[in-house]
Amino acid sequence: MSNLQKVLVLGSGALKIGEAGEFDYSGSQALKALKEEGIEAVLINPNIATIQTSKDLAKKIYFLPVTPYFVEKVIEKEKPDGIFLSFGGQTALNCGLALDRLGVFKKHKVKVLGSPVRSIEVTEDRELFAKELAKIGVKVPKGGFAKTVDQALKIAGKLSFPVLIRSGFSLGGLGSGVINNKKELIKMVTIALNQAPQIAVEEYLKHWKEIEYEVVRDASGNKITVCNMENLDPLGIHTGESIVVAPSQTMNNYQYHFLRKISLQVIEHLGIVGECNIQFALNPKNNDYRVIEVNARLSRSSALASKATGYSLAYIAAKIGLGYNLPDLKNSVTLSTSAFFEPALDYIVVKIPRWDLQKFVGAHSQIGSEMKSVGEVMAIGRSFPETLQKAIRMLEMGQDGLLGNGIDDTKLLPTTERLFVVAQRFAKGATVESIYKTTGIDPWFLHQIKEIVEFEKSLQSSAVSYQTVSEAKKLGFSDKLLAKALKTTEEKIRTFRKKNKILPKVKHLDTLAGEFPAKTNYLYLTYHGEESEVISDKCTIHSALVLGSGPYRIGSSVEFDWCCVTAAKTLREKGVETVIINCNPETVSTDYDSADKLYFEELTFERVSDIYEIEQGTSLVLGFGGQVPNNLAMPMFRAGYKILGTSLENIDRAEDRNKFSKLLDTLGIEQPAWQSLKNADEAVKFANTIGYPVLIRPSYVLSGSAMNVAYSSRDLKKHLKSASDISSVHPVVISKFVEGAKEIEIDGVGQKGKLVIYAISEHVENAGVHSGDATIVLPPKTLYLETLKRIKDCTKKIVAELSINGPFNIQYLAKDNQILVIELNLRASRSFPFVSKVTGFNFVEMATKVMLREKLSGDFKTLDLDYVGVKAPQFSFSRIKGADPKLRVEMSSTGEVACFGADLQEAYLKALLAVGFKMPKKSIFLSIGGDKNKLDLLVSIKQLAKLGFKIYATEHTSDFLKDEDIKNTRLYKISEKKHPSVLDLLKNGMDLVINISQPGSEKGETDGYIIRRECIDLGIPLVTNLQAAELLVSSLASKKMEDLQIKSWDEYVDN
Amino acid sequence: MGKLILSDGTVESLTDPSYFGQILVLTYPLQGNYGVPERKFWESDKIQVKGLIVQNYIDNPSHFESKKTLGGWLKEEGIPALSGIDTRQLTIKLREHGVMLGRIELSSKNKQSLQSSDFKELSIYDPNTENLLPYVSCKEIKVYGTGPSTSLRINKKKNIVLIDCGAKENIVGSLVRRGVKVTCVPWDFDPATAGFDGVLISNGPGDPKKADKTIANVRKLLEKNIPTFGICLGSQILALAAGGETYKLKFGHRGQNQPVMDKTSGRAIITSQNHGFAVDMKSLSKDWEEWFVNLNDGTNEGIRHKSKPFMAMQFHPEASPGPVDAGYLFDKFLSQI
Repeated sequence: MSNLQKVLVLGSGALKIGEAGEFDYSGSQALKALKEEGIEAVLINPNIATIQTSKDLAKKIYFLPVTPYFVEKVIEKEKPDGIFLSFGGQTALNCGLALDRLGVFKKHKVKVLGSPVRSIEVTEDRELFAKELAKIGVKVPKGGFAKTVDQALKIAGKLSFPVLIRSGFSLGGLGSGVINNKKELIKMVTIALNQAPQIAVEEYLKHWKEIEYEVVRDASGNKITVCNMENLDPLGIHTGESIVVAPSQTMNNYQYHFLRKISLQVIEHLGIVGECNIQFALNPKNNDYRVIEVNARLSRSSALASKATGYSLAYIAAKIGLGYNLPDLKNSVTLSTSAFFEPALDYIVVKIPRWDLQKFVGAHSQIGSEMKSVGEVMAIGRSFPETLQKAIRMLEMGQDGLLGNGIDDTKLLPTTERLFVVAQRFAKGATVESIYKTTGIDPWFLHQIKEIVEFEKSLQSSAVSYQTVSEAKKLGFSDKLLAKALKTTEEKIRTFRKKNKILPKVKHLDTLAGEFPAKTNYLYLTYHGEESEVISDKCTIHSALVLGSGPYRIGSSVEFDWCCVTAAKTLREKGVETVIINCNPETVSTDYDSADKLYFEELTFERVSDIYEIEQGTSLVLGFGGQVPNNLAMPMFRAGYKILGTSLENIDRAEDRNKFSKLLDTLGIEQPAWQSLKNADEAVKFANTIGYPVLIRPSYVLSGSAMNVAYSSRDLKKHLKSASDISSVHPVVISKFVEGAKEIEIDGVGQKGKLVIYAISEHVENAGVHSGDATIVLPPKTLYLETLKRIKDCTKKIVAELSINGPFNIQYLAKDNQILVIELNLRASRSFPFVSKVTGFNFVEMATKVMLREKLSGDFKTLDLDYVGVKAPQFSFSRIKGADPKLRVEMSSTGEVACFGADLQEAYLKALLAVGFKMPKKSIFLSIGGDKNKLDLLVSIKQLAKLGFKIYATEHTSDFLKDEDIKNTRLYKISEKKHPSVLDLLKNGMDLVINISQPGSEKGETDGYIIRRECIDLGIPLVTNLQAAELLVSSLASKKMEDLQIKSWDEYVDN
Repeated sequence: MGKLILSDGTVESLTDPSYFGQILVLTYPLQGNYGVPERKFWESDKIQVKGLIVQNYIDNPSHFESKKTLGGWLKEEGIPALSGIDTRQLTIKLREHGVMLGRIELSSKNKQSLQSSDFKELSIYDPNTENLLPYVSCKEIKVYGTGPSTSLRINKKKNIVLIDCGAKENIVGSLVRRGVKVTCVPWDFDPATAGFDGVLISNGPGDPKKADKTIANVRKLLEKNIPTFGICLGSQILALAAGGETYKLKFGHRGQNQPVMDKTSGRAIITSQNHGFAVDMKSLSKDWEEWFVNLNDGTNEGIRHKSKPFMAMQFHPEASPGPVDAGYLFDKFLSQI
C-alpha cells in the first residue's frame, strides 16, 4: 500500500493511572498491522511486561524511556521513514509533539503517520480547539484560558461559581476539578499550573449527561462512528471514573444522530486521519450540548469501544495510517463485510472502574474530574440488571451484589462506592426522584438499580422455585447470593438450576447483530436467550481453558496478561484448542484472536463452571492469571475439574501457611518466626516473644492489603484495630520482620519436581518495601556466591518436595549469608515477563509445555549475563491527592518498566528516566531521619557534593553535614514557620529530594509527609528509600546522559 | 414479517409507512427506554406495523420529550407486541432462511384463560401479495411550505411534487427546511402535466411491480425530462419506469448502519435503509449509471441518468431514524432543477 520500509512505534511506558493496559492493546494492534504489510516495525517501550514487547510482533524493540532525547537517538540509529504517535497514549503523543517542535522529524525525514501533527496540536491546546470549533459553529463550554492565577480569577468572575478547571496536555484529567469558591480556585489553579502551562476555567454543567463517540476517518475523508457510550455518572466525574454503558441508553434517535453528525463534522474539520474520541455534554432537559474534548489518538475509551463492539479500532487506525481507505478494508469479525460500517449492538455493555484507594495512606475516596481508578471491567449481557451485576462481580472486590456489603450510606457524594450507596438508599425506601436530584444519575439507570434492589429484598421471603431462580438469573444474581438469601448452598442452587434447565446461553458478539455470520468466536453468556449458538465445528481432542487475571489493580496487571497471552499462544502452537476467559477490556488476552475462543466473562466459580461444562472435556489452566484464578484452584479441584500443572494437593500444601511451614521445617529451610492469631491480645503476646518489629498480614491476599510493620506493641495494637474486620474473618498472621535484610526472588519452572529453569533477582531496597514496589536487578549484583548457592539448593528441595510441574516463584530474605523463605507462589509471578525477557528464555512458554507433558531439558544461562536488567516501579501518587508516597510493605505502584545496561548503574538510570525521573542539574534537598540513616548515606552525600550539586538540608541533617564538612544551606522546617522554609525552596525549583524517614518514628513525620507530598504535587523527583538513594548517587556519579547506550533488546539478548 | 436492526429509532420505525403490514423484530434487546414523544416527531399519523417483538421491555422511560410509554402507545393503537423473546436467535433464523411470514399467537395456556369471543384465529397476512400503496398514501393533495422565501434564495421558486407511496414525514421536512414548496399527492396521481419543477417519488411498502399506475406516471415524467428523484421504493419505481428490472433480495437491507459507496466520487457514507427489493443494474440501458453500491453485498443502492436529471437511491437521505450523512443528496437534486 505504502512505500514505507521501516516504521517507529512509540509505546506508553509503564502502566499508570490514566494510562494503562489499553495501550498494550492498541500498540500490539498497530504492530500486527505493520507486520501484515511487511513493514519493519521498531518499537520503543520500556514496559517489559507488555505483549507488544514480545519477540514476534516488532522487528526491533528498545526498552528505553519514551522521551524526546531517547526517541531521537533511536531515530538517528534506526533511520525509520515513518512514525506512529497515536498508539502509546498521552506519553507517546506528547513526546511526538515535542520532537516535532524540535524539528527532529523534519531533520531525519520521518513521516508522521495518521493524524497530522497540526491536528493533534489543535486537540491538545484547549484555546486553539475552542477557536477551531467556533469556526464551524460547534459549541464548547463557556469560559476561557488562563496562564496565571489572576487570569483564572478574571474568567471565573465572568462565570458563576461553581466552575470547572481543566488542564490541557495531560492524561486522565490531572489537575482538574470543580471549584466552589475563590479560595479553592487560587489553590487548585496554583497546583494545576505547576503541571501544565495553561488551564481552562469553564462553566460547570451540573448533571449534564456525558456521551462519547469513537470516530474513524481515512485520508480521503470517509468517516464513521464506531461506538457511542453513555456515562452513568453525569458530567463532572471523569469518564475513567464513571460507570459507562454502550450503546447509549437514554438518548433518542434524533439526539444520537445529531451528536453523531457533529462528531463527523468536527473530525473532518480537524483533519483527523485514523481514530479519535469525542466527548460531549448533553443537557438532559433539552437538546443543548457542548463538545468537551477530542482525543486524537487511541484512548482508554477506544479500547473499551473495540471490545464493546468487536471493531478493531487500533488495527484499522494503523491501516489507515499506512494509507488505506476504510472501504478497502474488511470487517475482521465477519471477514466478508466492509470495515466501512457502524457496528450494531444486540447486547448491552457495562464498564465499571476499579479503584484501590485503600492501598494509599491519606487518599480520599471521593471521585471527580480527575482519574484515580487503576483498572476496569466490562460486562456483556442482554439486560441492564444482568450486565451490571456481572460487572460488580468481575471487579473482584468481594461484592457479590448491590446490597449486604456494610457500606456506609450516609453520604451520597460521588465516591468509589457510590453505586452501592445508591442501592442501600433504595433498600431503605428512597425514591428515584430524590436520588436523581442529588446524584444526577439518569432515572433510567436508577429505576433499574431499584428493580434489582427490590428483587434482592424480596428474596429474603422467597423459597427456591423455578420462578424465583429463573427471574433472579435474568436479573443477574449469582448462585452464591441466591444461596445466601434462600438459606441454602451455592452447590444446591447450581444442581437445582441444571435439573430445571435454567442455564445461561452462549451468544456471539459479531458486530452486526446477527445479520452476517461471524467467523470469530467472541462470546458471552446470558440468561436472556433460548438457544446457545453453535460455537465452532472444529473437532479437537485437546482443549484448554486459560483463565485471565480480571481487572487491573495494584498488584496484578499487564504482566499477568502477558503470561496468559503467551500461554494461549503456546497452547495453540501445540495444536490445543484454546479458550480464554477474561473480563478486562484493556487487555490483549481479550482480543478475539488471542485464542480460538474468547469468553468475555466473569472469573467466578459459577461462571467458569458454566463454561467448563459448555466446553466439554476441556482442562483448566490456572497458573498464569495471577491470584484470581489461583484462588479458584481449590474449589475447582473439589468440584472434580481437570486442571493442568502442579497437583492441587501440593498447591494446597503451599498455600496453607501451616502446611507450608511444616514442609519447610521438614526440609530444614528457615523462615521468619510467625504465628496465625485470632485476636489482638494473642497477637501482642506473640509479638512480644519474637521481638519487634513484626509484620502484620492477613492470609490469602495478594499485595497485602492491610499489611503493615509494627515497631512497638502500641503500633501493633493500632494496626490491628484498623484491620479488625479482616482479622475476624481470617486470622491475622504476625511474623518477625527482619531488618536490614536483602530480598531475593527466584522465578522458575519445575517439571515433575525437577527444576528446569530459574532466574534469581535481587531487590535494591531492603526488605520492608513490597516486592511490587521494589527495584529489581537481574542478574543479582551484590549477593554472595554462598547465598546464591543456598537459594538454589533450597529451591530445588522445595520444587522436589511439592513435585512442582509448572511455574513458581519463591521470595527469600538474606542476611549475613543466612536465608529465609518468606513466600511461595505455585503460579507465574509478576516478574515472569521480566525474567523471561532479560534472560531470553520464555518461562511461560516453558511452563505451558511442561503442563502439556512435553519433556524439557537444557542448560539455561540466567546468572552469568554480560548485561544487567533493572525493573523499576512506576508510581501514580500525583493522581491520588493526599496519598503519602513513602514506600511501605503495602504495594502502591501501578506499573513497572525494565531497562538494560552494561552495568547496574546504566540500567538503573535508564529505568528511572523511564518512570519519569529527571536528571538533577543543580539543587538537591536532603532530609534524612535518624542517625543510622545519616551515617549510612554519608558516602553518597559526599559524592553528591563532589559532583557539584548545591545541597540543602533541614536542621538536623544540616548540622550533621556541617560536622562532616559538607557545604550545605539550611532550610527551616515547615513547623518552624520561618523562611526560607523547605516549602519556599521546593516551590522555587528543586531538582531532587531525598527524604529518608526513621522507621517506626512518628516524630517529624508531619513535616516529612508535607515535603513528600509537595514533591509529588510539584513534580519533583523524590527518593524515600536509603538503598535506592545510594544506588542513584552512584549512578549519577558514574554515568552521564550520553553514557546511556542506545541498544535494542536483541543487541543485549540474542537467544 | 419484517425486521430491523439497531436500538434507536423505535418510534420512527413504527410509524414509517414502509413497514406497513410487517411484524418488526428489534435486535437491540432493550426497548422503551426513552418512551414516545408527541405526534410531531412521528413519521406518520399512526403505528404502521402489525406487530412488535422485543427482548426486554422497559416500562420506565426517561426522556424529556417522552409523553407516554411504548407499551401504553401500542395498547392505545391496538398493536400486539411480544417481549421476552430471544430476538438474536430470531434474527439469525431470519438471516438463514430469509424474511418470512409470521403470526403472533397466544400460548394455549393464555388462550384458555380468555373468553372464546375475545380471540379469533387470524390467518397469516402476506403484505407482498397486494398493492399496499392505497393503504399508506395520502388521500388528497396537500401543500407544505410556503415555497420561495426571501431568506433562502438558493431554492427560489422551487415547487416539488411528492408522490406519496407512504412517504416518511421527514422527506417533506427535509425539503421544506430547504425552502421548497412541497405538494404531496396520492400514489396514483399523474404530475406530468401539472407544471412542477421536479418530482420526488417517495419510499413505501411492498413489491414495486405492484405499483403499476405510479410506474406508468413516472414513465411520462421521464419522457418529458422532468427532474425526478426517487427514494427507496421510489428508486425501484424509477428503474421500472425506465425499462429496468427489480428483484427480491434474499437478505433485505434494514437498519441504520448500511455502508454505501458513491461510485462517482469513491466516497463512502453510512445510510439508513429499509428495503427488501433491489434494482437490477444490468437490466437498465446504457444511459443509466450505477450511482451507489452497498459495501457489504455489492448490490445496487442508487441509479442516475448519465445526461438527464433523473436520480434515485435505495437508502433514506431524510434519515429519521438513522444517520444524516446522505442529507446532501436533497441539495444535489434541488441544484439540478
